[in-house]
Amino acid sequence: MTAVADTRVSAPERTGSRDLAGTGTLLRLALRRDRIMIPVWALAIGMTGSSTLSRMKSTYETAADRANVAKDMNTNGALRSMLGVAFDDSYGALTAWRVGTFLAAFAGIMSLLIVIRHTREEEESGRQEALSAGMVGRRAGLTSALLTVAIANAAITLLVVATLAGEGSGGALALGLSIGLTGLVFGGLAAVAAQITENARLARGLAAAAVGVAYLLRMAGDAAKDASEGSSHVLVWLSPIGWAENTRPFAQERWWTLLLLAVLAAASFAVAYVLTGRRDVGASFFASRPGPAAAGKSLQGAYGLAWRLQRGTLLGWVVGVALSAAMLGGVANGAGDIVGDSEKNREIIERMGGAQNIDDAFLAAMISLIGVIVTVHTATAVLRLRAEETDQRAEPLLANAVSRLRWAMSHLVIAYLGPVVILAAGGLGAGIVYAAAADDLGGELPRVLGASLAQIPAVWVVTSVVVLLFGLLPSYTTSLGWAVVGVVVAIGWLGPALDAPQAVLDLSPFSHLPKLPGESVSAAPFVWLLLGSAVLTAAGLWGLRRRDMTN
Amino acid sequence: MTTAISTSGLHKSFGRTHALDGLDLEVETGEVHGFLGPNGAGKSTTIRVLLGLLRADSGAVQLLGKDPWHDAVELHRRIAYVPGDVTLWRNLSGGEVIDLYGRLRGGLDQDRRTELLERFELDPTKKGRTYSKGNRQKVALVAAFASDVDLLIMDEPTSGLDPLMEEVFRDCVIEERERGRTVLLSSHILSEVEALCDRVSIIRKGRTVESGSLAELRHLTRTSVTAELSGPPNGLSALPGIHGLDIQGKRVKLQVETDKLDAVLRQLGESGVRSLISTPPTLEELFLRHYQDDIRDEAEAVAR
Repeated sequence: MTAVADTRVSAPERTGSRDLAGTGTLLRLALRRDRIMIPVWALAIGMTGSSTLSRMKSTYETAADRANVAKDMNTNGALRSMLGVAFDDSYGALTAWRVGTFLAAFAGIMSLLIVIRHTREEEESGRQEALSAGMVGRRAGLTSALLTVAIANAAITLLVVATLAGEGSGGALALGLSIGLTGLVFGGLAAVAAQITENARLARGLAAAAVGVAYLLRMAGDAAKDASEGSSHVLVWLSPIGWAENTRPFAQERWWTLLLLAVLAAASFAVAYVLTGRRDVGASFFASRPGPAAAGKSLQGAYGLAWRLQRGTLLGWVVGVALSAAMLGGVANGAGDIVGDSEKNREIIERMGGAQNIDDAFLAAMISLIGVIVTVHTATAVLRLRAEETDQRAEPLLANAVSRLRWAMSHLVIAYLGPVVILAAGGLGAGIVYAAAADDLGGELPRVLGASLAQIPAVWVVTSVVVLLFGLLPSYTTSLGWAVVGVVVAIGWLGPALDAPQAVLDLSPFSHLPKLPGESVSAAPFVWLLLGSAVLTAAGLWGLRRRDMTN
Repeated sequence: MTTAISTSGLHKSFGRTHALDGLDLEVETGEVHGFLGPNGAGKSTTIRVLLGLLRADSGAVQLLGKDPWHDAVELHRRIAYVPGDVTLWRNLSGGEVIDLYGRLRGGLDQDRRTELLERFELDPTKKGRTYSKGNRQKVALVAAFASDVDLLIMDEPTSGLDPLMEEVFRDCVIEERERGRTVLLSSHILSEVEALCDRVSIIRKGRTVESGSLAELRHLTRTSVTAELSGPPNGLSALPGIHGLDIQGKRVKLQVETDKLDAVLRQLGESGVRSLISTPPTLEELFLRHYQDDIRDEAEAVAR
């Protein structure tokens, strides 16, 4: 006995290959589970570059066009903020300018989803325990997740390089690597987040917030300074997405910024590795605190429960959107200093935000983008219903005196009213800062707030589409729901800048709203969107009442 | 006596799988009814139909005189359900979940809640995942037993409980019966069913194969008899209902269908009985007979 105890106490911390035993098997398992998700993400991100390139070629036919667009865009802070800085006017450089940082951010989102899915989510569900009981080393789970994410990002890099090599192999390589390495950075940060919280949902939220902050820093920095004539603003240099931008593909590439990305990725991997070796499977560094022995007044029924489950996420959204909008409101002021004189530019601005004046156009474009992003919240809130169903928490709840309709409505109230609160917070944030700078609080604040609230009907259309899926196609709700959100977000961010055909733009409910502030308002589009949303919601709830509960 | 649960000819299929294939189930008010069957026989599907979570393809269902699909909410006020695998919300404490469920049913007896927490030795301040499997189960059990309801539906409720807690569970079920409540208990722990249930239904492949009181069911099965005789036995093999006859000199081992026991004892008496051991069939044997039928059917299907 003593001998056994002794070896246990004195055994050195082993960090050899034993820690990695089973990594290959787990990797194959992860790739098998993600056999659809990874190719879809990789193709969507990897092929956007080449489709953007062909759009560029048809939109800006002459060298003069290209030179104009680059010059005009760069001279305007608001446009720099929104689209990034154009470092050169070749087709390759313009493509990198339009979609480079956007794709880098999306690679980050893909990576964080993959990493959390194979680390904390596995632990939270208890599946990791069963795996760890096999010939599986302490760090094998994390290693296989990081390898999976590396494979996905490598696929994106290869696609970008292969499809854009015609514009210059150096530039294509720089763009591909900047996107892929940014993905790895956020995958690594997600791996760290997965170590410090027991809650996969929270870990995902933290990692997503990191992507959001990085993107906002890039926007703020680019708004403040035109980097085409020198170095980027310091805020840009605080952001990994800013580093990706500063790789400057097709414009005298700066290869050393890739090193920054690689170092940060490696460092976050290392931190995650150290942390994962020091904690128990399924645990985190913060012990769960005891809760109340009895339910308080607020946990009264289905509605109290839904509020309890969703309030944290909602609060995070309100704060995050209010702060981001305030920053954008600050950028918007002074956007109208210089209006580009290129015909093409005016067209683009017009498509994004209306043509009245450049301040309004910028505000309108920004507010529309915030509205588009808020669809992520509303989808999450509706999909919570499906998660409750598949995690077998809905069944015992519905075995009580709670009708399906009441249960669904308890979450849908948050899915519908949450965006109202978020958009109000965003409108106030942007409006107060913008109006204060313009010295016209009474005039500008209501305009900006109103424009922000005007996004609500379009958000609700997305909400109701997810509700419809939940009622009629339960097993596909999550995947199709996110696909819908993805299409709306992609159209919102890329559609106008890519000069996409109106038929494509029309797929997004946001394309049917007037560009506010600025354009005149008629009731018709609002009525149609609200009506459509009501009909889809009713159909979804009708389906839910008729269908079997599944798990 | 009135009927608490009554289903007849219940059918439910999921795609190609026929989960329920004409299932009949009758549970009288005030009884503890055992619901048995091999894995995948359709027990949980039946329970989910009874709870209005699934809609039967055809057949009649009545719960406390109402339709569980159409009158779900009204019915659920009078029902408590304990699933076999309790999942809790990670940021809610056990005590909060118990109260929430109580509020969503007919109400919660606070004294009973306190008493049950003590008897089940459950700490109500812990949260979601920090409970072990057995403790999660206890959360649902406390919520069910403390609720003011008429019918308890339990789907393998004791999975994960230690033997001491299993004992507490049995006491609670007996108390429920004394209060006149009806309990439908799906379980694989046959000793539990034997100790608690007034009547049982055994289902297989979505159909009821046996239903009745334990005494009635025993009657249908075989009693094992081992006897030492003063002379060699004779005429045993000619008797009806005898199985596995094994004669070694004056020792006899056999199994006999319980309703044919009388004739066998008389025949043995003719040879003079020195000692006799007779074992009544256990529920387990009864059960295994149906399970093994299942296995045999499958073997035949494969052979074909």
